This record gives sequence, structure tokens and C-alpha cells, in this order.
Amino acid sequence: MLKISKSAYDFIRRHGEETYPHECCGVLLGQINGEGRVITSSVPCGNTRTDSPRNRYHIDPKELVRIQREGRDRNEDILGFYHSHPDHPARWSRTDLAEAHWFGCSYVITSVEKGKAVLTNSFLLDGTGEGDKHLDDERIEIAP
Amino acid sequence: MKILIPTPLRQYSDKQPAVEVKAATVGEALSGLVMRHPDLRRHLYTEEGKLRAFVNVYLNDEDVRYLQKEATQVRDSDTISIVPSIAGGR
Repeated sequence: MLKISKSAYDFIRRHGEETYPHECCGVLLGQINGEGRVITSSVPCGNTRTDSPRNRYHIDPKELVRIQREGRDRNEDILGFYHSHPDHPARWSRTDLAEAHWFGCSYVITSVEKGKAVLTNSFLLDGTGEGDKHLDDERIEIAP
Repeated sequence: MKILIPTPLRQYSDKQPAVEVKAATVGEALSGLVMRHPDLRRHLYTEEGKLRAFVNVYLNDEDVRYLQKEATQVRDSDTISIVPSIAGGR
């Protein structure tokens, strides 16, 4: 289960609308506690795939390094990522799985239809390595 | 020097978010890391012993691929960040 603050949830959906018809992307940070993984902040990133922004995204690792370091200073860890699927279902694609390497982290996908955010789903990357990795459906609980 | 471990790899570093190592180069630092935490090796390196393509290694704010790669010299005050890549799309 992924618990996410209402403000972070609204933020990632709005980000998908803002970048439509291009994919948005960003990082989810928080803490792991007795309730599971709790997202307390989301950080928007630029999509470096300017060659194909309608159906691909990539986050500059330099941005990740900064976000990881700044999160550490606030006692927040990177626990997941989000991106949007413009005019496409909120399900993971073969590309999403092939490019997923953060085991134990959530990959949150929002479908944006004609500029309006519709569904937001989360998938947990599980497995012991690249050979048997898989994305599992994960319930999202929105905290007040 | 300090090596920051990303969340997915901490299960292989005794849950430590950062590991201190003594090293003169990036390669030595990473070797010291996997010697201390051998389970990390297969997640960082291919069977041929090359860093996996999706594993980004940064020395402070610089990608070591654009420095002298694993031969890049380091100082005690430096920080290495390991960040697997983030990408995808529909």
C-alpha cells in the first residue's frame, strides 16, 4: 500500500495536465514506517526525452542526485516516481517495466485524457533482480 | 569518503543509507563497497565486471562517465551517489 498526502496526490495529477500532451515525471519522497510507505512530498522533474515527449520520459540523473541529497537532509527517502500517460490508460507499459530499476519503489502513473487527469494507479517494482522483476498493482491511500 | 546508497539497494547494505570507505579513486571506492557488502555486486556490475548501463555513479555533482570514469581520483571529503536511471513511457 502506498499512502500519499492529498497535496502530493493532487500535485502529480496537476503536473500531468500541465505538461499535456507530453508526459510529466517526478520523484516521490517520504518515510517507511509501521503504516508502510508514506509519501510526504513530490518533486517535479523535467522530461529530458525531448525527442519523444508524448510517449517517453527520462529524468536527468543529476536531478536525482540532487533530490536524493536534499531529501536526506529532510529525513526523506526516494520511495517512488510518477509519470503521466497522455491519452493512454494508467497501466504500466513494457517500456515502463524494462526501464524500472528501483526495486521496492512505487511507479505511479496518471492517465491524462484530452488534458484532464483521469485515473492514477500505482505499481510496486518487485523481484530479486533484472531477470525476474515485475510491477504489481498497489493500492493508493490518500491521506488528508 | 561517503557513498550514498539509493533506497532499492539498501537491503544489500545492511539497510545503511550511506557507507564510509577509504579510497583514492571511484573504482577503489566501489570495490571497497562491494567487498564490504558482496550482495551489492550483481546489482551494480554485469557478469563481465562492468558497471551496469542503468547505474549512474556521480562524484559530488558530476557523472563519472564524463570524468575519468572509475579511474577518477577522489578525496576524503567527496561524496559518491549511486542512482539507477528513471525512464519509461507508454
